[in-house]
Amino acid sequence: MQMPSPNTAILARKAELAAKLSTVLPLDALIQDEAETRAYECDALTAYRCPPMLVVLPRTTQEVSDVLRVCHQMGVPVVPRGAGTSLAGGALPTADSVILGVARMNEVLETDYDNRVIRVQTGRTNLSVSGAVEEEDFFYAPDPSSQLACAIAGNIAMNSGGAHCLKYGVTTNNLMGVTLVMMDGTVVEIGGAHLDAGGLDLLGVICGSEGQLGVVTEATLRILRKPEGARPVLIGYDSNEVAGACVSDIIKAGVLPVAIEFMDRPCIEACEAFAKAGYPMCEALLIVEVEGSEAEIDHQLGLIIEIAKSHNPVELREAQDADEAGRIWLGRKSAFGAMGQINDYMCLDGTIPVTELPYVLRRIGELSKQYGLGVANVFHAGDGNMHPLILFDANKPGDLELCEDMGADILKLCVEVGGCLTGEHGVGVEKRDLMLHQYSPEDLEAQLKVKDVFDPQWLLNPAKVFPLSVTEGRRAVELSK
Amino acid sequence: MKKMMLQPKSETELVEMIAGAGGPLCIQSGGTRGFASDGEVLSTRGLSGVELYEPGALTMVARAGTPVAEIETLLAEQGQRLAFEPMDHRGLLGSDGEPTIGGVFAANVSGPRRIQCGAARDFLLGVRFVDGMGQVVKNGGRVMKNVTGYDLVKLMAGAHGTLGVLSEVSFKVLPMPEAAATVAVVGVDLAVAVQVMSAALGSPFDVTGAAYDPVERRAYVRIEGFAGSVDYRVGRLVADLARFGAVQQVDDSESLWRCIRDVSAFHGNAGDVWRISVKPSDAVELAEQLQAEALQFDWGGGLIWVLVPAGTDLRARIAVPGHATLMRAGAETRGRLGQFQAEPAPLAAISAELRAKFDPRGILNTGLMG
Ligand SMILES: Cc1cc2nc3c(=O)[nH]c(=O)nc-3n(C[C@H](O)[C@H](O)[C@H](O)COP(=O)(O)OP(=O)(O)OC[C@H]3O[C@@H](n4cnc5c(N)ncnc54)[C@H](O)[C@@H]3O)c2cc1C
Repeated sequence: MQMPSPNTAILARKAELAAKLSTVLPLDALIQDEAETRAYECDALTAYRCPPMLVVLPRTTQEVSDVLRVCHQMGVPVVPRGAGTSLAGGALPTADSVILGVARMNEVLETDYDNRVIRVQTGRTNLSVSGAVEEEDFFYAPDPSSQLACAIAGNIAMNSGGAHCLKYGVTTNNLMGVTLVMMDGTVVEIGGAHLDAGGLDLLGVICGSEGQLGVVTEATLRILRKPEGARPVLIGYDSNEVAGACVSDIIKAGVLPVAIEFMDRPCIEACEAFAKAGYPMCEALLIVEVEGSEAEIDHQLGLIIEIAKSHNPVELREAQDADEAGRIWLGRKSAFGAMGQINDYMCLDGTIPVTELPYVLRRIGELSKQYGLGVANVFHAGDGNMHPLILFDANKPGDLELCEDMGADILKLCVEVGGCLTGEHGVGVEKRDLMLHQYSPEDLEAQLKVKDVFDPQWLLNPAKVFPLSVTEGRRAVELSK
Repeated sequence: MKKMMLQPKSETELVEMIAGAGGPLCIQSGGTRGFASDGEVLSTRGLSGVELYEPGALTMVARAGTPVAEIETLLAEQGQRLAFEPMDHRGLLGSDGEPTIGGVFAANVSGPRRIQCGAARDFLLGVRFVDGMGQVVKNGGRVMKNVTGYDLVKLMAGAHGTLGVLSEVSFKVLPMPEAAATVAVVGVDLAVAVQVMSAALGSPFDVTGAAYDPVERRAYVRIEGFAGSVDYRVGRLVADLARFGAVQQVDDSESLWRCIRDVSAFHGNAGDVWRISVKPSDAVELAEQLQAEALQFDWGGGLIWVLVPAGTDLRARIAVPGHATLMRAGAETRGRLGQFQAEPAPLAAISAELRAKFDPRGILNTGLMG
């Protein structure tokens, strides 16, 4: 993976930049010390690292605006950062960039149960948004597995999803308004507690724009009343194909569970060893969860179990109580951690039409043999969002490259069957160079035009999302300064 | 002389017609939704047909000019539907013609269920469109989750053809529920009705409609799902909402919500029709300001349909955040007030620049959105 070489003219002005920033920020909000900036050298895609030139940690929208104005005047690239849990390298700095972290902006600004919205500063973590409304039995629906750590800022930038998105939608479906600071320091309010945009749906294009259009400092989010109850059922099959067919049948039958999660044998084994959730050893496990009152749950699970049985499961376990429900989810929720214990892995995120699940799983198996690298599959099956984890050895020369090649093949496969490169993690640097497999140069040009409008000089997170060769002419503006 | 209408039969022809256009184009499909600009009419009605329907993946791909009726028939055969419940504007606007799926998404048309499951824009998964220079652009796809690059799909939904002409849309569909029921809290004023709707929407009972009819003084709450579950939740709501007034169950839920969706109460009435989107709890204060001849409230109070004497500048009376769209009025009023509310300056500048990028000659529905 290639990053643009740092602009030496900018590096040479580091002291001047720091001096200017120190006039608009409190002392503790500017980090220059190399030992400290190193903490920001990567996000959760740890294979790539590069300490930034400077780090700023503002506390207010005004400070964000001031910082951006200064950087804009001096032509310095800025990389926004939330909690740094991106798996796509979205928050990866370049050596000539300023990291603008919003982690200190974590206040709840307003909770409004009558209108079912909450307004927060975007440095607030995903789980603590739900935490803020829990006492009234409300919650914020998008639930990425990283929800304890990741910030709303990153969720908006990546349009993050989660296990329960099958019913509640992803971030963009739950985001009602933002305060956005543009690269030149202009602060704009988009949307709010009312539904639907008045003019063009700018909110829709900002969500998922990976920190390239502006820095989001505040957000109005939809909150929902918690369901009366929820209960998962665990279903085991002796082949991936059959499990895939079961998923498709459940959806076709008109039952709409809140979550359908899928794990294959390598993943089950790792989770079991790590979390001891008591999973049966089989080829494929489904966790299907439904919500409602006790009777409603019984009814829906009854229908699901009937469908599951028609595919001859090797295991069928309905949670009898909260404790058992917890254990059913435990393994799934610790899947990434479990895999991390036994191996280095790369987590893919392609999405496919649900009907292609059996075929794609078979092809991934074949690619695994061909490359000689293990793959564990754990993913949101209801919406076709796959998470193949490719296992490799970071200490073995060439293994990372081999793994990346195999990852690229899997993602191309996803596109081939009518899917896409990334369902919820974003493009970042990781999938940047594959964009031309999904989109034509003209398709990409239309997207670049949007960035041209919001950030004409291409200073915000410029080396991400699009192949460098495609953005070269635009990023050159900054180099010519 | 009767004006010629451009009617491409394929995306290729659409490209040629836009690239070769000598002046402004008025982009239309069914022409039922009352959004029009000056210029030669370009109709996408000829781009018709469902290209892919996968009930097991809950997705459909259709050419933009496909009639909504054709799509709804196909979906119904598989027990599925367009869950965002797009309204039919014909009765309200006195328009005729055939509503098309491209028009639904271009105007982001959603009905009462929008509060629970989202707007048209939330169901749109992918688009193909032709920009103002005649360039075909594809964005999104046909899968449920997709964050690959910028979401131009959302940008196109509700752009009313000003950034490009949709040629193909792919969208998510949902299963039709087994049963539906509606309860009405009767004899309540607007202030109480908003509380009723807020209580219902804030309950765990997954309400899929919350509307208020100020003439009948009834607040309506809809529940959908499996029959047993609907019964259970209706029971719980009836008990819970009794604190606000007498609660009854409505006999014909389906036709009631069709009337609410299509604002049937205003059909044939003289005057201009406005559509206002606000925070639900602002509805009470706003209703006082509007001096309306008739009102209808949907989305828990957040969507207000307003009937006022022709020529009224309703926006001048609105002092709460939100926006007002002029849905039905004479040409003079439309020209003077604009169908869409002007955005705050920085947003208007961004929107204008986006239009200039996608339609540098300014020929697509010129002036419609600013
Ligand atoms: C173990 C694990 C599990 C995960 N599970 C899921 C999952 O289930 N679903 C899912 O969708 N993702 C998941 N992720 C990925 C990641 O957590 C999400 O992408 C998350 O939204 C990133 O949030 P963050 O605050 O950490 O953002 P960061 O990593 O800090 O940044 C992500 C992107 O957002 C931009 N950005 C940050 N702040 C702002 C701002 N204020 N304004 C504009 N742009 C900004 C950055 O420039 C970058 O491009 C997982 C990650 C890990 C490590």
